[in-house]
Amino acid sequence: MAEKILMKGNEALGEAAIRAGCLHFFGYPITPQTELAAYMAKKMPKVGGTYLQAESEIAAINMVLGASAAGVRAMTSSSSPGISLKGEGISYMAGSDLPGLIINVQRGGPGLGGIQPSQADYWQATRGGGHGDYHILVLAPSTVQEMVDLVSLAFDLAETYRMPAMLLADGMLGQMMEPVSFENVPEPRRVEKPWAANGHENRRPHNVINSLYLSPQTLEDLVVERYQRYQKVQETEQRAEMYRTEDAELVVVAYGASARIAHSAVMQAREEGLKVGLVRPITLWPFPEKALKETLKTAKAYLSVEMSMGQMIDDVRLAIDCRKPVALCSRTGGMIPTPDEVLGKIHAMMGGEA
Amino acid sequence: MGSAKLTILCGHYGCGKTNLALDLALEAAGQGRQVIVADLDLVNPYFRSSDYRELLEANGIKVVAPVYAGTTLDLPAIAPQLTALPDADCDEVIFDVGGDDAGACVLGCLAGGIRQRAYTMLYVVNAYRALTQTPQEAAAICREIETACRLRATAVVNNSHLQQETTSGTVLRAAPFGIETARLLSLPLLYHTAPEEIAGELEGKLTPVRPVKVRVRPPWSGN
Repeated sequence: MAEKILMKGNEALGEAAIRAGCLHFFGYPITPQTELAAYMAKKMPKVGGTYLQAESEIAAINMVLGASAAGVRAMTSSSSPGISLKGEGISYMAGSDLPGLIINVQRGGPGLGGIQPSQADYWQATRGGGHGDYHILVLAPSTVQEMVDLVSLAFDLAETYRMPAMLLADGMLGQMMEPVSFENVPEPRRVEKPWAANGHENRRPHNVINSLYLSPQTLEDLVVERYQRYQKVQETEQRAEMYRTEDAELVVVAYGASARIAHSAVMQAREEGLKVGLVRPITLWPFPEKALKETLKTAKAYLSVEMSMGQMIDDVRLAIDCRKPVALCSRTGGMIPTPDEVLGKIHAMMGGEA
Repeated sequence: MGSAKLTILCGHYGCGKTNLALDLALEAAGQGRQVIVADLDLVNPYFRSSDYRELLEANGIKVVAPVYAGTTLDLPAIAPQLTALPDADCDEVIFDVGGDDAGACVLGCLAGGIRQRAYTMLYVVNAYRALTQTPQEAAAICREIETACRLRATAVVNNSHLQQETTSGTVLRAAPFGIETARLLSLPLLYHTAPEEIAGELEGKLTPVRPVKVRVRPPWSGN
């Protein structure tokens, strides 16, 4: 009956993936992500899909690798410590040019850390998470609706560029409930997969999915070719939301749940007459450098708001070629910054010039 | 034998039990009654009634929560104070139960004590919540909850809402859902809830309506 429905972030991720044509989920429970696996366990049998609880996170990511090699849309999800375990498999997927979706509903770290929301896996995600020369796509939703929208985009981009995609959420977004609509989610992009190992029927040569190369020259050529593809991704797939940056002297940069908090603080600052804007990266890799460079026209300083000890701040500095000072406003360990804390930092940086 | 009025709130995950529990508790405390809020949720790691301990305690309301609620320890342990609650001697105990049958299992530990007393168990429904959008689905979940906790619901509360996007239309369109769910369960529909800001718009259109103050909000909304 409803125009919109209320869903928990974790449930919305599951439903969005099924609607994006993903019928193969391999997971392992961990707080604060478990509702996603639970949703898939309930829903997949009803839509003719596969839900499989693996014996470990490592097994789950390798099942994604296998399913993806066969040409189907496949995914796994976990939270921070579990993503570390998946690092090897993600590297193997990148080395095999396989698409696939990995969802990280981040919690506090390092180690077992805690179960409260965090953004301390930024470096891990945006630097690939495993060994070797490679990148993965990293998308960062900030609302439950955007979780829905970005899941289908993540699959489309992963298949278009033949690389794994990660959706980097946090416990706050995973656990919170918001109204969502599935009406405007586009049909999955149909990407041909002539490379898939899905049965040659004696009509074509074997397709071999592999990441081991005996000749260093072959491996170098392949990595270089892959980096040309990454360059195209960096040129064409940067995404960011700009809020009141057109005349901003202080530009706040925040993604995910932190961006919601930063947005409240920026609105408050604007009401006080302060020229503050917000850049919210939607893609963390590729990082939206163009959007940040654009703000250099008016910006005198930047403020990175994160639930970590300051990780994205490095990418902000790189994006603006270190031409302006970049400050940090952060909480970590599962603590969430308040709009007042961010506003306090804005006041301190703008030094009373209202 | 205790003398407290026992009010139990159960329902699907995310139907709005916690906000209703806060509203009922603060209203009773405002009338000078001694109230205990029992957070029985062992399923959700966060967003729960004991998150509002400060607000409740400032209003003279005692909060009893699972031992490790709100900490990093993801361990389902029930405080010994919880099991004594059916015998409490205050004016009212409000039990905020975890979602679905999984959450209601915990209530089963207290069922023996509660059954010896008169109790009110409100089955809270929200037509806009995924997986409980038809009266049939909502009624089925109520039966699962009753089986898990070994207590029977005594009334239905139609708490249909879309958070901050709730309008009087949102509430009105969900009214037939609440009425039909109650009919399927052969239970009275106690009331429809509406955020206090819009409750006035429903006068003459829907009855009975309980205006509620919305206190459960995300950290960026301000208070």
